[in-house]
Amino acid sequence: MQITKTIKKLVSEGKADRVFGWKKGELGFDTEPALFTEDFDSVVYNSLCGANLCKYMINETKKDGTVLLLLKPCDSRGLQLLTKEHRVRREKIYALGVPCRGKIDVDKISDKGIKGMIDIQENGDTLTVVTLYGEQTVPRQDVLYEKCLSCVGKEHVGCDEVLSPELSEDTTVNDRFAGVTALEEKNPEARFAFWRSQLSKCIRCNACRNVCPACSCVKCIFDNPSSGMDSKANADDFEENLYHIIRSFHVCGRCTDCGECSRVCPEKIPLHLLNRKYIKDIHKLYGDGDEAALLTFTKDDAEPSVVYERGEGHA
Amino acid sequence: MRKLSSDRMSELFERLDSLCPLYLPGEKDGAVSFVRYEQGVDYAVGALNTVRSAKDFFFPQVENIAAFRMTGKKIEILENQNGNEPFVVFGVRACDAASFSLLDQVFLSEPVDPYYRDRREAGTVITVACGEPDTSCFCTAFGIDPAEPKGDISVWLTDGFLYWQPRTDKGENLTENLTDILEECDGGEIKSYQDTIKTIANQLPLANLNLSYWENTDEKEIFASPVWDEIYKGCLGCGLCTFVCPTCQCYDVRDFDCGETVRKFRCWDSCMYSDFTRMAHGNPRKTQKERFRQRFMHKLKYFPENNGGLVSCVGCGRCVRSCPQGLNIVKTARRVSDD
Repeated sequence: MQITKTIKKLVSEGKADRVFGWKKGELGFDTEPALFTEDFDSVVYNSLCGANLCKYMINETKKDGTVLLLLKPCDSRGLQLLTKEHRVRREKIYALGVPCRGKIDVDKISDKGIKGMIDIQENGDTLTVVTLYGEQTVPRQDVLYEKCLSCVGKEHVGCDEVLSPELSEDTTVNDRFAGVTALEEKNPEARFAFWRSQLSKCIRCNACRNVCPACSCVKCIFDNPSSGMDSKANADDFEENLYHIIRSFHVCGRCTDCGECSRVCPEKIPLHLLNRKYIKDIHKLYGDGDEAALLTFTKDDAEPSVVYERGEGHA
Repeated sequence: MRKLSSDRMSELFERLDSLCPLYLPGEKDGAVSFVRYEQGVDYAVGALNTVRSAKDFFFPQVENIAAFRMTGKKIEILENQNGNEPFVVFGVRACDAASFSLLDQVFLSEPVDPYYRDRREAGTVITVACGEPDTSCFCTAFGIDPAEPKGDISVWLTDGFLYWQPRTDKGENLTENLTDILEECDGGEIKSYQDTIKTIANQLPLANLNLSYWENTDEKEIFASPVWDEIYKGCLGCGLCTFVCPTCQCYDVRDFDCGETVRKFRCWDSCMYSDFTRMAHGNPRKTQKERFRQRFMHKLKYFPENNGGLVSCVGCGRCVRSCPQGLNIVKTARRVSDD
């Protein structure tokens, strides 16, 4: 495997002394984020490595030495954000970009009624799913994560080295903002009902917050007993709505649209739609440059009245 | 044993719901949970397990305990507990049904938890055998039989028929009201269906989980295992595994300030959270490693030691399926024991 070879070479050259990557899980179709200090042969990288590892760097770079971090193109945007916001010590990371052609959502395979999955084998654009009840084939494209269906781009940003970039593919099939547009076209009552219904499923497990590369507060207001806002459960039927509204506003203008929030939600709440609404509006009002529009002042910034006017109909 | 033609299931649900409120697994916005039955709600017959477990019926995520109103210097105590009307829950799986016995150990031993007890008394549990156990299932590792689920009434859904077996007085009483639609039959009819389930269950990759290391090793030795230093690394510190787990039973008691009144409520807590076990002196578990270790030590070591060897897991596989980073109890139990 080329990745293993590269890792061993980089470690032997002293570029890093440990590796943050993925390792095989307990079943034939799961992987887990893991730190390797030796046994680099057990690093795996395949279509089941959906997890974004960049946020682990907040803790990892507090330690001595340099960590070699594996990054998919969308993950590299997360590391860029954490670097810009001084949440990680970038000099303690050797960022190795790895190619990506979309990652597989095992739940989507189950949703097709396939049970008893033992293993997933990949042959080009077709997956062979081995189950207790026999083998089935599934088109790869049908079971990619939602985040991959509107890929934020196949180019890595800010990596020290990118492996085989020619193998990366943009797996976009949907207009990135199609889901947002569909919601904007609803009347306010229907839109409100949509979010009330979706958010009422929330169990306050905080997985969306804990996985989010933009949610990097040292102490989150919802965990802080002195804030008056900390809560482990929804004490009334608007509290989970409040939680998600505050969280999404806090990452507004900083979200890299990596789609981890929706990937991890056990209740399948389409949280990415909140973030994409803000991204769409920011693009419209301030342009889609790389600068964080809401953190940057320019003299020709839109006046509030202009913002209101340009944003009309999308309130 | 009794039976009913499968195409008359909605008739059965109507009848049950007319006796007392009925809850069953139904899909809501892409996720399956227990929902209140009403016309138009489809029983999610193909779903193996709901996202949240059935413990919610007896130990809900949030429940009121009391409220207080301040008027000048006078404090008035207000009763605001939710009522305990009888209810029926249909479609509980063998694993979740087994979790109730574990929760009973906690809430029904002295001092008895009256809120839990009242709900246990009010609820009638109808379990459904698992026709197609999934890869993440490992209930058989804990002696649970997915072909013979416990509960007040057990149900088997074969091709064409629903088979019905009351197991308790509560189950018998409910059945009395349904004798006109449930016809008596010979129990032998489900034998081959059960055999198929057992054959599948024996092939499940996690079902051979072996906990003999955990049983036979001193807790201090397990606690000090160097494996903990590595295995927690991927853990996000979210509370997902604890909130979907049918046997997690830790809770917090909180006050909700409503201005003139204060509402005291109980809510689930998670050992993964940073302020869990926070006390006046601070927090004894400061790092995620310690929190992660606590969760599994509790389930696999401390709970069995305090409850006659009962392991606090029923193999429902929710943590296997839901953990965003692919961590779970099987992986942890095996790695710590070097299995």
